[in-house]
Amino acid sequence: MNTIRALSLAASGSLVLTLAACGGSSSEGDQGGGSTGGDGGTAESISWWHNSNTGEGLEYYTQLAADFEEETGVAVEMEAMQHEDMLTKLDAAFQAGDAPDVYMERGGGELADHVEAGLTRDLTEDAAEEIELLGGTVQGWTVDDRVYALPFSVGVVGFWYNTEMFEEAGITEPPSTWDEMYTAIDQLKAAGMEPISVGAGDKWPAAHYWYQFALRHCAEDVLTSAVQTLDFSDECFIRAGEEVEKLVAAEPFNRGFLSTPAQSGPTSASGLLATEQVAMEMQGHWEPGVMAGLTEDGEGLGDKLGWFPFPAVEGGQGDQEAQLGGGDAWAVSADAPQAAVDFVTFLLSDEVQRGFAERDMGLPTNPNVTDAVADPALAQLLEVRDNAPYVQLYFDTAFGQSVGGAMNDAIALMFAGQATPQDIVDQTQSAADAEG
Amino acid sequence: MTALPVPSRGTTPPAGRDTRPAGGRRRDWRMAAEIVVFTAPALLLFAVFVVWPILRAVQFSLYRWKGFGPLVDFVGLQNYVAVLTDEVFTGAVGHNLIIVVASILIQLPLGLAIALLLNRRMRGQGMLRTIIFVPYVLSEVIAGVVWFQLLQPGRGVIEAMLGTVGLAGPFQGFLGTPSLALPTLVVVLTWKYVGLAVLLFLAGLQGVPDELSEAAQIDGASWWQTQWRVTIPLLGPTIRMWAFLSMIGSLQLFDMVWILTGGGPANATTTMATFLVNEGTKRQNYGIAAAASVVLFVIALLMAVLYQRFVLRRDTADADVTRGVR
Repeated sequence: MNTIRALSLAASGSLVLTLAACGGSSSEGDQGGGSTGGDGGTAESISWWHNSNTGEGLEYYTQLAADFEEETGVAVEMEAMQHEDMLTKLDAAFQAGDAPDVYMERGGGELADHVEAGLTRDLTEDAAEEIELLGGTVQGWTVDDRVYALPFSVGVVGFWYNTEMFEEAGITEPPSTWDEMYTAIDQLKAAGMEPISVGAGDKWPAAHYWYQFALRHCAEDVLTSAVQTLDFSDECFIRAGEEVEKLVAAEPFNRGFLSTPAQSGPTSASGLLATEQVAMEMQGHWEPGVMAGLTEDGEGLGDKLGWFPFPAVEGGQGDQEAQLGGGDAWAVSADAPQAAVDFVTFLLSDEVQRGFAERDMGLPTNPNVTDAVADPALAQLLEVRDNAPYVQLYFDTAFGQSVGGAMNDAIALMFAGQATPQDIVDQTQSAADAEG
Repeated sequence: MTALPVPSRGTTPPAGRDTRPAGGRRRDWRMAAEIVVFTAPALLLFAVFVVWPILRAVQFSLYRWKGFGPLVDFVGLQNYVAVLTDEVFTGAVGHNLIIVVASILIQLPLGLAIALLLNRRMRGQGMLRTIIFVPYVLSEVIAGVVWFQLLQPGRGVIEAMLGTVGLAGPFQGFLGTPSLALPTLVVVLTWKYVGLAVLLFLAGLQGVPDELSEAAQIDGASWWQTQWRVTIPLLGPTIRMWAFLSMIGSLQLFDMVWILTGGGPANATTTMATFLVNEGTKRQNYGIAAAASVVLFVIALLMAVLYQRFVLRRDTADADVTRGVR
């Protein structure tokens, strides 16, 4: 790792920015230059990219950037982007060797790739205190026992629903098994409501259904070994596909779901839930924030918002309490100045995380502030997260974009009725085999 | 018939050195210097922005590469095999060809008809021309977003209009139904690009002398016969050039598809360009994406060269042969 760190420093001071892209190679010559390179703590500004681009979240982050500048004299050039836009821009920035100093990492295979290419700064020593505080949460951002990013929000995927519409349809208890779920779907349809919105146009929201069913059908060791060996031959993956097929056949989804985007605009899956066009949507912990940005009053569903975890599958071989989830962590790019590390530790401080939690911007990872989550739905989600035997990282993140992308494409095809359970396994496996 | 517009084939070099007055050598040198000075910037730009990226793409296509880090994993032609055996890619080539053919078959008669109509003197001519041309001027992304909203399943303007006459749109909407997505895309592309055809045809019509149609009318030709036998044949070079532009544009189609469907649903509207962007920026298989881009380049180049060789060339040959025969 020394090589990478030395190289990173060299790259920051170097004339050729693209050198960072070659950071993975270990060249002896560059190591020497490392000690003299770098901006050290004298940087006048650092760049920060994030996806809290609406409402209160944006306001809070703008405030934090200003606070940090006042305290340290280091200006924070903040860029707030819509999530998908940010991912695209980050990829381009990595290629150009011009990544922002502080950015978001989702962990899993993607982070491992970035580490291998020498793009990300090792925070193990620089942020040792924070890492100890966060405890097991940093696991998803650890590569070969080194920590490369500090998770600031980790959540689980479940169903967000409109409590009023559930009541109107005569559903008294949120469903806890899939039998109850199918009954609820029928009740909602009978009441003339569209039960579930799904942004299958963006593919990953559809793919989450398959992940969730795989989680219910596959034992933990099967999943762990699948992540490591990319072997999907276990029967439980076929079961997951069969469950998705059955669900799609029950027609619970919104009109036009194949072309519905996940969360951009009022006609997206999140927008449909926020504007009370559908009764529920399966989505991550960021949903309340997204919905707030999509309604005129900035409130989203407000008091009507409820949450329940993915229901249990009768006879499933997996742990029925296990949760699918993931989160975001602040990472520092390899050539960033020391001030970027200071900023990241500032973002994980009790004070900042408390404000983050109080504004319902996500699920804080700092254990000192978990009581600050005000929203009852989010508080419930947090309880489920903390009581889960394990939280499985989203498959596409865990497997990396190449395998994950092939998997998501195949699952989206199943939503269009054009792939069998076996096709999903085959296409994922062939993408995994191509990884070599 | 000397007014036939014959495309010139490059400038003819000046007469031989022998016939020149004294000082020709110095003039030669000056001319060479002028050529170098005037073409150097263009050649430099061409080299940096065209030749270099193409060579890089070819290089990337021979490696397995995630988009960052050094190029180390040489895989030979494996990426090409993967691309050419990928059903999504072969499907994408099919979609591109459908769009090429459909664009020409639909926009040619439509564009001609509108151009012929707008070429007659009438009230509001300028305004009508503007209206037809506006979609072409609009940014493709803006037009795409507008159509995306219009076509919203169950909530869009188009379904509301269908509703007033008692029709219902498909459950998945026009863009979400695999069998309807490509035809819908073709309709939007027609709306967007017919303006260009009309503009070019109108410009071509300015080069058709009035005397010819007057003569035809004196000979007893009807309006229809005049258009069909005199005006349209004289528009030939313009039409063939437009078809060439349309073909290349259709092969490289990306923006409108990306905004409207992202290549979906179920890959029903994937084009070669959306395929390579999806493989590249979404899945980070840059080697595969580069191989796809090279295949796209070769297909576009082949079609362009064949078109030049057989359609545009015959065009000029025809003009030479038939002159004075009829």
